[in-house]
Amino acid sequence: MTPMVNARNVVVAALLAFLLLLPVYTGVTGNTFLLTLFTRILILALAATSLNLILGYGGMVSFGHAAYLGIGGYAIGILAAEGITSGFIQWPVALVTSALVALIIGLFCLRTRGVYFIMITLAFAQMIYYVAAGLARYGGDDGLTIYRRSQFDGLNLSNKPTFYYLCLVLLLAAIYLVWRLVNSRFGMVIQGARSNERRMQSIGFPTFRYRLTCFVIAGTMCGLAGALLANHTDFVSPAMMYWTRSGDLIVMVVLGGMSSTFGPLIGAVALLVLEEVLSGFTEYWQIILGPLLLLVVLFARRGIDGLLAGVAFARAPKPDSLDAKVPRG
Amino acid sequence: MIYFIEQCLNGVQLGMLLFLLAAGLTLIFGIMDLVNLAHGSLYMLGAYFAASLVAWTDSFLLGVPLALAATLVVGMAVEVIAMRRLYGRDHLDHVLGTFGLILFFNELVRLIWGPAGMTLFLPAWLNVAVPLLPGLAYPLYRVVIIMVTILVALFLYALVMRTRLGMLIRAGASNREMVGALGINIKLLYTFVFGLGAALAGFAGLMQAPILTVQIGMGENILIVAFVVIVIGGIGSIRGAFIASLFVGMVDTIGRAFFPDLLRLVLSKEAAATAAPALSSMLIYLLMAAVLVLRPEGLFPAANR
Repeated sequence: MTPMVNARNVVVAALLAFLLLLPVYTGVTGNTFLLTLFTRILILALAATSLNLILGYGGMVSFGHAAYLGIGGYAIGILAAEGITSGFIQWPVALVTSALVALIIGLFCLRTRGVYFIMITLAFAQMIYYVAAGLARYGGDDGLTIYRRSQFDGLNLSNKPTFYYLCLVLLLAAIYLVWRLVNSRFGMVIQGARSNERRMQSIGFPTFRYRLTCFVIAGTMCGLAGALLANHTDFVSPAMMYWTRSGDLIVMVVLGGMSSTFGPLIGAVALLVLEEVLSGFTEYWQIILGPLLLLVVLFARRGIDGLLAGVAFARAPKPDSLDAKVPRG
Repeated sequence: MIYFIEQCLNGVQLGMLLFLLAAGLTLIFGIMDLVNLAHGSLYMLGAYFAASLVAWTDSFLLGVPLALAATLVVGMAVEVIAMRRLYGRDHLDHVLGTFGLILFFNELVRLIWGPAGMTLFLPAWLNVAVPLLPGLAYPLYRVVIIMVTILVALFLYALVMRTRLGMLIRAGASNREMVGALGINIKLLYTFVFGLGAALAGFAGLMQAPILTVQIGMGENILIVAFVVIVIGGIGSIRGAFIASLFVGMVDTIGRAFFPDLLRLVLSKEAAATAAPALSSMLIYLLMAAVLVLRPEGLFPAANR
């Protein structure tokens, strides 16, 4: 039994309180930059949360997850360019399109394993990137400006705090959904298939279908993040699904802590705040970030969440001190 | 017809270039089980080294070997400092670690050479066209690329299949511990293999430098195409990489050259003009998807995987 008060829970609670109260602070001080930055962080945290579902719990290392950001975003952008600005049409279209694309990509990619899976998801995302770059009608390489945010009755998305709270609510809902999913029977099958797929199959689970469903859920959730991102920047371009963005999402998940409930949120906050701080420090900030990533991989494999959990473990009394004394072997 | 032959030659030339990259990737993956995203960075470094060293020595023939040696040294240094610690780890760790290296190298190049690209000028004696057929004059330099790459492919084959070193490399691929137990310095062997892969990538970069501009991020797009190549060819197989490189090079070049015309036959002019660029850049990915449906392990899966 993990004690309720440990380093991890304290950090998560503090982070949530901070996120909840941030608009109050920025409202008082008029610091819109901070609010804009954190809106962006929340949206990318939502994308990272969806990636964590397949990467962390499902063991599917998708290197093309940013494609759904682009699809969700372009759904909003294209509909807005065609004059359809109602959010009740735009958002469902964004979600359904992302789900369909994830279904098609999943049907191909989930037939493969390991490094093939990494490279194929990457190639599919690149393919969608080229499709977007080839959409001359919708700006091609240069992207597409959105002149009017999605219209919802009674919800003004152009109001910064409103939009911020919408992103926060959706993010928390996504985190809750992922948590419920992975602790359900469905989630057990997915995690079982991660550890030993052949065994799950021989018990009688059609793992392909489970994994595909999981893949589609994650894609849809990331499409939602794309729809939010398009509304946040009022702009969509192929660059939002360039492969380095997929890499960033993986970094967020691993940095925060794979297969941990709040890991992707912690990772997104840590990475983007770090970027902000480093880029204020030097123009060549990536020269520091790159090796830092390597160090995280080498020495902090379980991410920030793992480090925090480690702190809690060291302080907690050992549950089975007898067992600990039994020599191994 | 002449245009078609010219495009075929361009396809072969692109294929050869892809082979240089894919061979290094697949060698490193097949032997060390390492996914190296930073391979494209070595390609970029090769091109930058060549551009600077050729300008510095004022001689193409002197600058190119120096650039090759420089890439080899950087590659081995990267192996000793970073890659060595990643062997035996999860593929996800490789992806992340080498992703970090890409950020590092891109920024390093920006710091040293500046954000503007560079150009590598060909010497006058290479910058001519040779008549291959009546009515078809083809740039000599591209012919040289094709010839040299075929030589490199033969050299690689001979090295891996016909020498003692190659025997050790193959043995190390199938059982690392056993080779080590027999008294072979496996660490040194791996450093050498990584350096070889880096040199191949650097070679591809410097060969391509006079044709394209030398710029930051030049290695990333072609790296993804090289991934497509090794997935089609079967990861770990050099023979598969060779055949798939030619295949992908041809499909991509011919597709870009003739696909718009083909589309115009079935679609209206405007629709074809809109769809063609996107569709012709999608071709190789569609090809890969098709191959995977039929053969999830690629066309020539390496025997021990």
